[in-house]
Amino acid sequence: MTEVRDHLLSILVRDEPRVLTRITALFGRRGYNIKSLSVGSTEHPGVSRMTIVVSGDRGVVEQAIRQLEKLHDVIKIIDHSLEKYVDRELVLVKVAITPESRVEVRQIAEDFRSRIVDVGRHALTFEVTGDEGKITAFIEQMRPFGILETMRTGRIALTRGSNADIPAHVYHEGETQALQPTLEVQPREERARHVPNLF
Amino acid sequence: MADNGKQHAPHRGDMTGAKALWATLANHGISTVFGYPGGAIMPVYDALTFYPEVRHVLTRHEQGAAHAAEGWAKATGEIGVCMATSGPGATNLVTGLADAMLDSVPLLAITGNVASHLMGTDAFQEADITGITLPITKHNYVVRDVEELPRIVAEAIRIARSGRPGPVLVDIPKDIQLAAFHSEIPAPHARPEAPAPSPESIERALELLRGARKPVIMAGGGSLDASAEITALARAWDIPVITTLMGLGAFPSSDPLWLGMPGMHGSVAANRAISEADVLLGIGLRFDDRVTGRVNGFAPNAAIIHVELDAAEIGKIIRTHVPVRGDAKQAALLLTQGAEPTARPEWQAQIEEWKGRTVTPETYGAGYAVKAVVDRLRPDDILSSDVGQHQMLAAQLARFEKPRRWINSGGLGTMGFGLPAAIGAGMAEPGVRSVVIAGDGGFQMTAQELATLKMYDVRNVKICIINNSFLGMVRQWQELFHEKRYSEVWLGDSNPDFIKLADAYDVPGYRATTAEELPAAIDAWLSDPKSALLEVVVPHEHGVFPMVPAGAALFEMIETEPAKSPDLSAQMQDAAEEASEA
Ligand SMILES: Cc1ncc(C[n+]2csc(CCOP(=O)(O)OP(=O)(O)O)c2C)c(N)n1
Repeated sequence: MTEVRDHLLSILVRDEPRVLTRITALFGRRGYNIKSLSVGSTEHPGVSRMTIVVSGDRGVVEQAIRQLEKLHDVIKIIDHSLEKYVDRELVLVKVAITPESRVEVRQIAEDFRSRIVDVGRHALTFEVTGDEGKITAFIEQMRPFGILETMRTGRIALTRGSNADIPAHVYHEGETQALQPTLEVQPREERARHVPNLF
Repeated sequence: MADNGKQHAPHRGDMTGAKALWATLANHGISTVFGYPGGAIMPVYDALTFYPEVRHVLTRHEQGAAHAAEGWAKATGEIGVCMATSGPGATNLVTGLADAMLDSVPLLAITGNVASHLMGTDAFQEADITGITLPITKHNYVVRDVEELPRIVAEAIRIARSGRPGPVLVDIPKDIQLAAFHSEIPAPHARPEAPAPSPESIERALELLRGARKPVIMAGGGSLDASAEITALARAWDIPVITTLMGLGAFPSSDPLWLGMPGMHGSVAANRAISEADVLLGIGLRFDDRVTGRVNGFAPNAAIIHVELDAAEIGKIIRTHVPVRGDAKQAALLLTQGAEPTARPEWQAQIEEWKGRTVTPETYGAGYAVKAVVDRLRPDDILSSDVGQHQMLAAQLARFEKPRRWINSGGLGTMGFGLPAAIGAGMAEPGVRSVVIAGDGGFQMTAQELATLKMYDVRNVKICIINNSFLGMVRQWQELFHEKRYSEVWLGDSNPDFIKLADAYDVPGYRATTAEELPAAIDAWLSDPKSALLEVVVPHEHGVFPMVPAGAALFEMIETEPAKSPDLSAQMQDAAEEASEA
């Protein structure tokens, strides 16, 4: 078993009715855990793009990719763990303030280059964009003041455009890349300890 | 107007969506549709009268229509088509679609639906059939624009047949069926070529096979159309072949290399060979849990080569050392070209010894009766089965020389499958005997399809009911794992007189109740010029063995029906518990 971690997948799909249901139903039925999901349109009319964060070991993610590839609505899947990518998430955070804390809260937000999108008497709402680390750090900094509400969009990702970084398989249309032969033939990892002769 | 049913080129304005549907089906060479009408599909049935070259077979239940279409598809390898109205008609198709999904059967289901403006309002007989069938179809559609209808149907047929086949549903609202259609009927899609396996994967597979001392080939339902190539491959390398429940017929049973079926009710030779093999070459299969038994005890010493069209099946259950993604035919051909026959006298001797341990039912019972029937089959005969003990017995005892002569519900295990599937297969191949073996339980789930036999005067369907007065397979598990508490499995008191039931539909009936009566009854039944029914009344408590208890490994198989004693259930329970702990 390889380690369980988060995998970022971009899924390009035909923009047709039920496509979201098809994809989420597949994850649900096969027991893959979606940590976040965001969907939007792309530069091509009729094509939507989803970023899904799945957690699991390598085997689970490969299986999820292959099952997704079978769906008629799925045009292409990019597994960002195989290449360099940029990812972002947008979060709205409503933080409780008092006359005493107000300045300090604003200062922290400034340090994070966060914008204030709403000002209330007892709360400030911030918009933060960034990768996961930055957002987690922001929330942790604000937690002591009292977080009233948060809403996250889920992560979105794109392959880095500095072309030299893009491995051929990322835009390769052919066979799934999840099918590399195992190079060494070892005994099966869960070799049965003994074979009692019941025959 | 030139629309006399012969002419399918559309004329602007004189065609409806319903006619466009039939024209598209006819263009695709669809000759038979199994279905049942209703309010939301009436325009389609009305338009049918203009297309006499497409035969519609009225079954007595939509489930029967779906299974008949499956039987058609399984026997011919061509797409089967079924049709139903909205709501209850459509939901009655669901079991058949799930069955086709798990057994990779190319199926096109057409459903009517309420008018577009009523969809989503809980209108009369409205069901969200595309939502319901989402997980049990390869793909499904709602037609929202009449001009799109033929294109969608053509695409549905292509999806159902291409790659790993499966069911596709097209839902057509009533207003779309009635709407005027102005576009062209598209020509059928060319059947896409199956992808060729990569040379590297073949090279790696050959390397493993060359070094193998105890190799075995396992062929599944995905290998049926590569039967000749797989036979050549096995003979060229001199490697024994196991055929799964779905793969029976992919390799001739008469060949000395054939080891039988693997898995829960597999043969001693097959299960033992898997347990000892050092290289296992799987072709067109998906390592179902009824085949593998406990996964970490499956082929524990083997390097696995898996030839499979559907990439998602590779490595899904069993870790694969050499994935060969692509067409079974081409892969088998390439692997044959690289053959280096090696003498493996020890492996051969070992296999011969295991093969000697085949169980033949000696005393009168379900197994004895099934054997008597299947021994009388000719190589061309199609044998279907329902689900239960009789199914496993037929799979163990029947011998198949060719593919597509064995039709059963493997993945879903659908009771009620047998009779309608045999009717579908019989109608696809009217010159061939279509024999079905059913249990007294499962037969009653779709017994009304006897009417279909009568209505269409089908003459080649031979029904055999093995009547043990029990839901036999469930009873067997209760006997072994629930200390013989026979909860809700006794049918005996309430079973109909099957001969009278058949008679009610003008189907001749025959009965045997002893070993002595059996041969003459079989003769009379098979030689009857009409479709006929044979009821074989057998003793109540007979089990199917060999058996691998659920959760046990293949090498923990119990070979023969043990003397009935409480010890056995204890022993099997121990094996199962040990397995689930491991
Ligand atoms: C639709 C459906 N319901 C229930 C089952 C569970 N089941 C599997 S085998 C079986 C008993 C079958 O009995 P019968 O048809 O008499 O055949 P036998 O096992 O006696 O040969 C049952 C109830 C099933 N497979 N399908």
